[in-house]
Amino acid sequence: MVTTSRELTFTQAILEAIRLEMRRDPTIIMLGEDVAGGAGREKPEPEGWFAARGRGLIAEFGPERIIDCPIAEMGFVGAGVGAAMTGLRPIVDLSFIDLIGVCYDQIINQAAKMHYMMGGKVPMPLVIRTTYGSRPGSTQKHGGGAAAQHSQTIYSVLAHISGLKVVVPTTPYNAKGLMISAIRDDGPVVVLENKFLGLGSRSHVPEEAYTLPIGKAEIVRSGRDVTLCGIGRMTRMCLDAADALAAEGIEAEVVDVLTLAPLDEDTILESVSRTHKLIVVDEDTPTASMARDIAGRVADRGFGDLDAPIKTVTSPEAPVPFAAVLEQIYAPSSATIVAAVHEQRRW
Amino acid sequence: MVATEVRPTPTRERLLFMYDRMTLIREFEERLKRLVDTGLPIGAAHYYSGEEAVAVGTCAALEPNDWISSTHRGHGHCIAKGVDVRPMMAELYGKVTGTNRGKGGSMHITDISVGMIGVNPILGMGTTHAIGSGLSAKVLKNGRVTASFYGEGASSIGAVHESLNLAAIWKLPIVFVCENNRYAQSTPVEYAIAIENIADRAQGYGMPGVVVDGQDCLAVYEVARVAVQRARRGEGPTLIECKTYRYHGHASSDDPRRYRTAEEEQYYRDRDCIKRFREQVTGRGLLSAAELDQIDARNSALIDEAIKFAEESPLPDLAELTTDVYVPER
Repeated sequence: MVTTSRELTFTQAILEAIRLEMRRDPTIIMLGEDVAGGAGREKPEPEGWFAARGRGLIAEFGPERIIDCPIAEMGFVGAGVGAAMTGLRPIVDLSFIDLIGVCYDQIINQAAKMHYMMGGKVPMPLVIRTTYGSRPGSTQKHGGGAAAQHSQTIYSVLAHISGLKVVVPTTPYNAKGLMISAIRDDGPVVVLENKFLGLGSRSHVPEEAYTLPIGKAEIVRSGRDVTLCGIGRMTRMCLDAADALAAEGIEAEVVDVLTLAPLDEDTILESVSRTHKLIVVDEDTPTASMARDIAGRVADRGFGDLDAPIKTVTSPEAPVPFAAVLEQIYAPSSATIVAAVHEQRRW
Repeated sequence: MVATEVRPTPTRERLLFMYDRMTLIREFEERLKRLVDTGLPIGAAHYYSGEEAVAVGTCAALEPNDWISSTHRGHGHCIAKGVDVRPMMAELYGKVTGTNRGKGGSMHITDISVGMIGVNPILGMGTTHAIGSGLSAKVLKNGRVTASFYGEGASSIGAVHESLNLAAIWKLPIVFVCENNRYAQSTPVEYAIAIENIADRAQGYGMPGVVVDGQDCLAVYEVARVAVQRARRGEGPTLIECKTYRYHGHASSDDPRRYRTAEEEQYYRDRDCIKRFREQVTGRGLLSAAELDQIDARNSALIDEAIKFAEESPLPDLAELTTDVYVPER
């Protein structure tokens, strides 16, 4: 039964996914810094950065399942790995993707490889939830101006690791469905939340639990002239660009990648087989990026369908800057996507 | 404080378990070393010979459904916890009948069914996984204790520090067992650590720390028993430092005489844990030499059987290259 016209933010949708799943399955726990609002306080409720991400969880599920962690990412991501091997289904909140540097071994050598290394005999139902991206145009209070170590995208270094699933939802609706799928998956899944989308976008979200398939891209706008392939917040930029292009009489199709690993090559190739042109838009830096990986796969398998070179639109080969005037021009925008379409059509 | 006194006397059943497992580990490692030295291509192997009392004394204090996490030098931990030596040996041969279907090798042997959550060659990481199994025990209220082995070398990595702190603040049912075998590859402990006893660090985390002679199985058992009981009562973790020695090099390719002396090696071999255990139990009339000899013969035959099983087992099908990358849907 689908409820009508109830709108949630992206962050509220993910929180609802966690709450519904924790009610259903007592083996789900959550680990992270400040997830319980500072344990041991009389009336714990998350505050600060985690306020919107975990509101109500500690009150409903208590400190045994909502576990505040000290600053010890290597330790508590590792605890998630060990717990996942021994009967729990942990959700680890790694507040910023930038923090993977201090727990990367747990993700790439432990969580991702355990099932394969153990000959398929060990489950690893672990979810790592984290945020990525710069927040151009927002104030420091809202997460903008966080500079090079708290604004990165760098999800390609996760997608690269065999065994890890990596999802990048783009709407409150698909965020809830993909989060529930991630929690129910018996392997490790990283759920990436864009900071800009997190608090800023609202849409209709059914009240009940539902899943969306991990590993499926979605065509979110149909068009015959060019395929714009977007990841995360960049899908929004692609949709904005498609509106602008429509005014010029160019019909752009927009593919929302949604899962970086395993990548849904078929949906992208199928779109390109109809539009014959591909532009991949990625908030990450260009070298060894998802954008170039997708471009490479289409060149490999779909070269015959192309009638112009593939273009990639990415952030520059530079860390995220602090100054607002620089941060605002860092990530791709609908204008840079439109410019890429024009350039491609001149070929 | 060095614990030397042995009391109360372990049950006869437990004494037999100790001798059986220590000699099975020794036989496994020494036979394996001979195979490797004569050309068996098994990749990197880190022999446990010399340290048997640590794994066995600890595991003798555990129940079958308790957990252990391990290090790169994990064969001894596996055998002490009850992993079958046949699939273990088959794993080293890269056979599909191996504990890990031939996909893990020596450094990843795992058998969840007996509570062994992983040999792990990224040092220190096993201690963080013990935090996870400790949390599982707490949330699932199943009363299980985790013994987490790590070396004195790994005691310098941040993961171990984070684990000791997390275990202490959450009062997790964990026994940390630091195997101080004096060398991290070729780096001596005196160089890498500024204090004499790693167990002294326990105080800084808010847990008891005990130093024990790691070549004395009964002594290790006694301190492990106390620590396991404390963990099971919900009183939190303990750090046990076992002073021990590995008889062979760091790995199968390493020549230890390049960084340690024959005299030092002999000092520890003179205090060999199996020899001492025999003297302790026969001297006190707890077990007879004849029944210990019988165990020796049985274990020798068991390793014969394990090698035969490994040699005769099939290799993985080539399709296994890309199976089990992702966990299949239920």
